[in-house]
Amino acid sequence: MCSLALFPPPLPYGQTTVCESNNELLSGSSSEDQLKQDFSPPSLSFPRESLKLHSRTENSSKAAFLDHSETLWMRSAAAWRDGGLTGLLNEITNSHPHVPKWLSMSSGCILALLRWVSSFHGSLFPHLTLSSEDMIAEFSQVLNWSDCVVRAFAWHPHTDKFAVALLDDSIKIYNPKSATTPTLKHRLQRNVAVVQWKPLCASALAVGCQNCLLVWHVDPCSLSTRPSAGCAHVLSHPGHAPVTSIAWSPSGSLLLSASPMDTAMMVWDVAAESCVPLQRVGGGGVTFLSWSPDGSHVLASTPSALFRVWETRMWTCERWPCIKGRCQSGCWSPDGSRLLFTVQGETVIYALTFTNTPAVPSGTSKGPHAAVVVADLSETTFNTPDGDIVVGGEIQSLAWDPRGERLAVLLKGDPRAADRSPIIAVFKTRVSPIFELLPCGFVQGEPGAEPRLMQFHPNFRHGALLTVCWSSGRITHVPFYFLSASIPRLGPSGSPTLPHVQERPADFANQSLFTELIS
Amino acid sequence: MFSAEQSCWFIRKVICWRAAASIAWAVLLLPPSTAIFVFLSKFSVLHPIQTISECFSMLTSATAIFSFILLCGVIIMVGFLNFEYYTVIPTIACSKIALFGQLLHPRQLVNSLVHCIMGMIVAWCSAVTIGFRYETLGHPCAQTDGYHQMCLNEYHLILLLGGAFVGFSHSLLGVIHNMNYVSFHTVQQYKYLRFKGCLPLVVRCSATQALYSVRNFIVVYYFLGYIPRTWICKTLNLHLGSSAHPLDSIAGLLDLSLLYHLWISATFLLFTWYIMLLLFRIFLTEGYSFPVQSSFTEDADHCLPKVLTEKQPMLLKFLALQDLALLSQHSPLRRCEVFSLSQPGGHPHNWNAISKECLSLLADLTQRLVAYHDTVATNGRAKSLSSGSERKTSSETSGTEDFMSPRPTAFMKTPASVFARSIAGGQQSPLTAPFTPDLDSPFMSPALRRLAAPVEQGSPWYGTVQSPHIMRRVPKLWSTSTDSQVNGSPPPSPASVPSDKQEPSKPSFLAQFLQNRREQLPEASSQALFADSQAHIWALEGLSYLVQASFSEDQFGVVQTTLPSILSCMLVLQEAVDRHFKLPHASSKPVRSTSSMGDSTYKTLRFALRATLKTAIYRITTTFGDHLNAVQLSAEHRKRLQQFLEYKE
Repeated sequence: MCSLALFPPPLPYGQTTVCESNNELLSGSSSEDQLKQDFSPPSLSFPRESLKLHSRTENSSKAAFLDHSETLWMRSAAAWRDGGLTGLLNEITNSHPHVPKWLSMSSGCILALLRWVSSFHGSLFPHLTLSSEDMIAEFSQVLNWSDCVVRAFAWHPHTDKFAVALLDDSIKIYNPKSATTPTLKHRLQRNVAVVQWKPLCASALAVGCQNCLLVWHVDPCSLSTRPSAGCAHVLSHPGHAPVTSIAWSPSGSLLLSASPMDTAMMVWDVAAESCVPLQRVGGGGVTFLSWSPDGSHVLASTPSALFRVWETRMWTCERWPCIKGRCQSGCWSPDGSRLLFTVQGETVIYALTFTNTPAVPSGTSKGPHAAVVVADLSETTFNTPDGDIVVGGEIQSLAWDPRGERLAVLLKGDPRAADRSPIIAVFKTRVSPIFELLPCGFVQGEPGAEPRLMQFHPNFRHGALLTVCWSSGRITHVPFYFLSASIPRLGPSGSPTLPHVQERPADFANQSLFTELIS
Repeated sequence: MFSAEQSCWFIRKVICWRAAASIAWAVLLLPPSTAIFVFLSKFSVLHPIQTISECFSMLTSATAIFSFILLCGVIIMVGFLNFEYYTVIPTIACSKIALFGQLLHPRQLVNSLVHCIMGMIVAWCSAVTIGFRYETLGHPCAQTDGYHQMCLNEYHLILLLGGAFVGFSHSLLGVIHNMNYVSFHTVQQYKYLRFKGCLPLVVRCSATQALYSVRNFIVVYYFLGYIPRTWICKTLNLHLGSSAHPLDSIAGLLDLSLLYHLWISATFLLFTWYIMLLLFRIFLTEGYSFPVQSSFTEDADHCLPKVLTEKQPMLLKFLALQDLALLSQHSPLRRCEVFSLSQPGGHPHNWNAISKECLSLLADLTQRLVAYHDTVATNGRAKSLSSGSERKTSSETSGTEDFMSPRPTAFMKTPASVFARSIAGGQQSPLTAPFTPDLDSPFMSPALRRLAAPVEQGSPWYGTVQSPHIMRRVPKLWSTSTDSQVNGSPPPSPASVPSDKQEPSKPSFLAQFLQNRREQLPEASSQALFADSQAHIWALEGLSYLVQASFSEDQFGVVQTTLPSILSCMLVLQEAVDRHFKLPHASSKPVRSTSSMGDSTYKTLRFALRATLKTAIYRITTTFGDHLNAVQLSAEHRKRLQQFLEYKE
């Protein structure tokens, strides 16, 4: 088993990780200019002060106007429209002099009953009592989402452009080949939790936010810097908000969305704006989705100690109950055969192996029987010239580069202890012929900046390129230069993963070869 | 004929069994739904235990069993009607007149009548089950002069009429919302899970639809209720009870328990019918796996390449295309068979047949779009010369005639007609267009024929339109499906024309009315153009996935030979689709209707086609990358392809 003790110690204070070259991580002070390379995506910075934040939410503007006395009838209708049944009952209960006593009494009783029932429901699933903003923060892959300047980030799967969602609810699109940076704003685009580009398409960007799902069509040839709201399609379904995770199918035909409030996972046909809810009992919602790169499986985690792995041909699922907590994050190997995931409250990475048999036409995949621990990230103390540094703990998110050679792990750290800030640990991995996990090193930013969000570039030619969004509002790119051990990709900009026809031995997952190699 | 034999095979062996299975399941589901209905109809808050015991005694009684058998009969009948009227290509009325024609079509009238009767039967069953005051049509009552006689039980009557009304409105709404259209889902699911997922929708739909129908029924009964009541009284020799309120008064109708029972029985009726419809759709659209090739010659007709080219039934073609799209995505073994060579000879027959059929489908759509666009662009003026000679012979010509006289619809390939002609070979097929007015059918009254047919030059209406203003507004485009050309039938026979001459004043009014009705539903022509696009979507998906897979799996290079034609076909279609979406109304999104059993997938098929087409081209360009530069293409297409290679589309 790979553990943090085998890692090289973190960099001394003031040094930042620049790149990996010749099998070691190079560091430099922040002023040092980066290595020359033929592709350098822009390193951006969004200082918090430069963003115009909303001074107040939309609902609170009510207080700015004079109170206007309406009839009870009108007020009830408005309450029904704004707040549904609870709003109506509230309104009736609160307008004492205008309604008969028995009516206000009975509505008060019904309201109390409803609250009691919902509190009972909430005690089963505590996350239902959270406000939608807190819920996004709780289940987002971004560390400390509510305080983060960059709230979501997405590379385009085929080109070098990327989208950045900011704290002020706008989304900016950067393309190194074009001078214009379109800014996307929409009335419904609030509290963006996740963005993702549609594969096999140049323009479509899906955005999951507080009340709905938006699909923007940003014409790459257009010179407009502010695409109109008409370029966005709103996809919404009653009860399906806030959206905390979305996933496009690798073939670009379907979009999945998940909300912790809704037990059903939605499969959207975006062009037709229609959806098919996939509902299963248990879990109390869906928090995180990840579609395997070969398109055969989908990981869907729930707020309870349970996650599901869906098979995408007939949309059946396997239940995977966890012991300790919910599944916090997960990622797939490029061939879709292996799933790495982490569980809240534990400091290890688990692996599941799916032996896909393409010969079986029914599409049923014989799943594994148990997950294997592949890495232990519990707290480890490093002796450095600056003193002892403690690294390790719970894991916020995982990212695996598209070639399956580097695995980045964002460790949460401990916000109460000053010396245990969040950090990114990077492993070297190999998927075939056998699964291996070797330590690579830690990625550190400028002093005081904590990593919040990370993503690998989907087709970096010289190895892997990890993009990290820092708490300071900076976005930096850390290249890992290596020669790929696997067959070189065909096509200029990354071809889709080719299905692996050859059979792997089914039982090697139980022999932990990766432990023997390193310990 | 060979093809008739073939389609017979599929209908006999697959479709009939699927329909039978769906009916069997609907019948099996009837007991639980009846039990729930009985419980809900008898429920009283004050005596819950009494309710349960009453329900049990009710469910085991002889009348309940008899009415249950009746209900089974109704379900089987509904299933049979579904089977008879279903279509995989929706019939889209391009104007209100066309819709009207659909409603008055004899087939539709029969359908409505049968639904009406079945609604009444179900209502009788529910009246018997509810019992209480609804049970019988007559009841003994004491008159003032002392002796007993039979009086009419109006509660029973109103329930029966309510059932008939709901059945009738169900069949009307079926036409308006295209409820007979069977759409295919993008997500494959097992039948049980799909049924389970749709069940809440069915409950919600039936409850809301029952509410609306009951509301309409009460209004109708309030005004016209006395007619059936007195008629029944007269024929059955019953007396009107004088004691209670007559039910067509406000006081009589404001009976909450009556309204509740009306609503719950209407909900029960619609629920059982919707369940039948849902099961039918689920069973019919289930994927069917055709063998790609067979070693036995007698099974050769059942193989995918052969089945794809079939014209009839449409469902067979759709299922074959769906199977193609699925196999190209999910099963490498079957893909292998597609790329394989024939054993003696070494010809890629499978691939050739499949790619040829898909390409011809796409080319057909391209041609249709181009023809449509040309007609729109010229606004009908280009063809005016052809009918010019006729026009001069007409005595009453006005200056504005240029706008109205040419009938572009006679020349262009209209949406429904293109498909009907290419599929059915000129003859109207009952499956593709069951509700399109059959203008040359003997059942068609001359009046209806006049309504549905366009204003012909020979007819006296031609010159009698007073205002040139009205004529100028006649859009030539939206009137396509009312045109007689759509159905491939000859124009109205001259025999009906002389009869119009006797009433010269009426036609002008009618014509004016017609003109006003005809220019509506602008988006419909665009919808009609893409009505069968599900087939094109599957063809695109199947081709692009196969081409993608061929990059690594095609050992003999059979796909390479067709790659240029596939690419150019897709690029030409892409251009045509782009041009089409620049037209007004083409890119306007339809309103999403959430709670209706009618499937509105056909309204968004054009968007789905556009997205699929782009994805398909990108799938090929990302897989092959710069290798595509070696493919033989025209300069224009190469330029266009370069845009895709650079991700600029």
